[in-house]
Amino acid sequence: MAELKTDHIVLNMGPQHPSTHGVLRLEVVLDGEVVVDVIPHIGYLHRCFEKHAEAMTYPQVIPYTDRMDYLSSMYNNFGYVEAVERLMNIEVPERVKYIRVIMGEFQRIANHLVAIGTFGIDIGAFTPFLYCFRDRERILDLFEMTCGARLLYNYMWIGGLSHDLPPDFIPKAKEFLKDFKKSIKELNDLLSFNKIFIERTANIGILLPDTAINYGCSGPVLRGSGVKWDLRKNDPYSIYDRFDWEVVVGKGEMGTVGDCWDRYMVRVKEMEQSCRIIEQALDQIPDGDVTSAIPKRVKPPVGEIYFRVESPKGELGYHIISDGSPNPFRVKVRAPSFVNLQILPIISRGYLVADIVANLGSLDIVLGEIDR
Amino acid sequence: MIPDYLAEFFGNKFIGYLIAAALPLFLWILPYALYAVYAERKVSAFMQDRIGPNRVGPKGLFQTIADILKLIQKEDIVPASADKPLFVMAPYVIFAGTFAAFAALPFSSIYIGSNINLGVFYIMAVSSFSVVGILMAGWAGNNKYSLYGAMRSVAQIVSYEVPALLAIVSAVMVIGSLNLNEISEMQTAYFWNWWIFGGPVVGIKKFLLIIPMTIAFIIFFIASLAEVNRTPFDIPEAESELVAGFHTEYTGMKFAMFFLAEYGNMFVVSAISVSIFFGGWQSPFGYLGNSLGISWLIPVEQVFWFLFKGSLLVLVQMWLRWTLPRLRVDQLMTVCWKYLTPYAFINLVLIGIITLF
Repeated sequence: MAELKTDHIVLNMGPQHPSTHGVLRLEVVLDGEVVVDVIPHIGYLHRCFEKHAEAMTYPQVIPYTDRMDYLSSMYNNFGYVEAVERLMNIEVPERVKYIRVIMGEFQRIANHLVAIGTFGIDIGAFTPFLYCFRDRERILDLFEMTCGARLLYNYMWIGGLSHDLPPDFIPKAKEFLKDFKKSIKELNDLLSFNKIFIERTANIGILLPDTAINYGCSGPVLRGSGVKWDLRKNDPYSIYDRFDWEVVVGKGEMGTVGDCWDRYMVRVKEMEQSCRIIEQALDQIPDGDVTSAIPKRVKPPVGEIYFRVESPKGELGYHIISDGSPNPFRVKVRAPSFVNLQILPIISRGYLVADIVANLGSLDIVLGEIDR
Repeated sequence: MIPDYLAEFFGNKFIGYLIAAALPLFLWILPYALYAVYAERKVSAFMQDRIGPNRVGPKGLFQTIADILKLIQKEDIVPASADKPLFVMAPYVIFAGTFAAFAALPFSSIYIGSNINLGVFYIMAVSSFSVVGILMAGWAGNNKYSLYGAMRSVAQIVSYEVPALLAIVSAVMVIGSLNLNEISEMQTAYFWNWWIFGGPVVGIKKFLLIIPMTIAFIIFFIASLAEVNRTPFDIPEAESELVAGFHTEYTGMKFAMFFLAEYGNMFVVSAISVSIFFGGWQSPFGYLGNSLGISWLIPVEQVFWFLFKGSLLVLVQMWLRWTLPRLRVDQLMTVCWKYLTPYAFINLVLIGIITLF
């Protein structure tokens, strides 16, 4: 009898699929349930952000940065305004620096909560997602209290901030930090150390440190592989060198270093570290005017700058070229999700279909940032 | 027995028995499925710190009815590339497989749709009939997700039938009957006589039986979760991978059929557990009808206890669904073949030895 002829199946995952985290299309080549190859197709959410920026004045670009990674808008603002300030040599007041760090770290917690919650959904646990959103909601309340918006803030301006902190921000933030410790414990009990969850994520999608560095991964994806690299420590910007905190790296507690569980756990522990930074910042924050250094006309001198920050998803870089006019000549963004997505095929080959979903969830991508 | 009354009333045994067997469909399944869906949404809301449906009727009680009305109005789409006859037939096959099982469930001492001697065997056989429907649905949709869902589903249900049946066989070895009504009748008087507590066996044997019977129940319960595709074994319809699994292409009332069948199945497996391990329709502590001297109250109470215990186990299934993540397809098979099946065999031998003496 002749051997049965077998063939690979090509499965199109997305652009409308519950777990591609937006409009990502994955061309999955399958041999039964085993993944032979994954080819990500991007561009479904391309909104010409970089081209638009060339037609805008510098402050007008800020709302566009909000819309890139819409889950960490504050941090996108942060990177952009700091870059322009460096280009223009503006020294912002101390209070502004502190508020930016506080907001940035709150945004990091909010972003990681979404990442963890949706990762839970990808694995099949629905309830932790809503617990995460319950806590994220309180952070958004704090943001709303401060600047009136809950998702796209346009809060950080070149040289300052749009609003000062409202009077009851600090007590409410402290109350949140107190409650949040309990929430992390709850999350760990419900999801992190659940036997099924560990079975699904440990030893899956192992990303070796060398591969991660070679592909330019950053953020929790790189740290999950055990590489101690965090721009807040290694290339400190703003006032991050004033706080006492640690860089969290994956240790392979449940399986191998660099598996999905490690990437997940780095995010959980990073939220704790963010709480530490916020606590210290809230204690040290000085008084002052947050709008005093805002320039009347933003017209940087001829020149260019590449400035990078550690956004919740990784290294977010802005390359701004100024030709001396009120509009930037070019704004190029190095988006962490875009770079991190590249490794999906490498870490998915040879695993099962269900593991693609786990891998994708553990990379924590946002398509708004990938396509820009 | 009600079937006999009906046969006498209609003057025809066939019509009487037919109506008797169809009674649970009209009197219990539809209202149950409506409120099981509602309960699931409320339970999940409760567990997730939400409110849940609360707009249609008091406390959202009519939410599912509104949903069904909406589904009825939906266009009944058959994809152009689908295998039409199979596509149309599949929901009914699954539906039939589920509801045929209700005919042999003993709701009370005077009411069982069809009092056959092979009740347990019949239910297990008929409820696995839905595999055919799932395979049909998955194939006919001409959608890769459906096909994957169907393939997984068939592999899963067929595999899990082994530990489920072994667990039941080990219990049946002690009981000595396959008739669910008889099994229920044996576990009379107090909950101490339920088979999970060793049943109405006397002496030291009863105490020896408690542990193996509990293990048998746990194995059966886990396997039954897999058979009705509930979390953590819901990979045939794993939303995050396969969109909706085998029923991805279905809309409107056909989709609702799958839904009804799923909830119907949940109750069937719970009812089997209840009948075999938890005393069936027997009250855990005597009857109100006995102490008041009202004889017609007893069967009513029995119906209540049966439905109550069954619903409680359904609730446990919901509770698990909203707590646990989902296993992967290979891990699912590992659980079945490397853990449940060997343990079920050991348990079978253990119970065999105990009953021997």
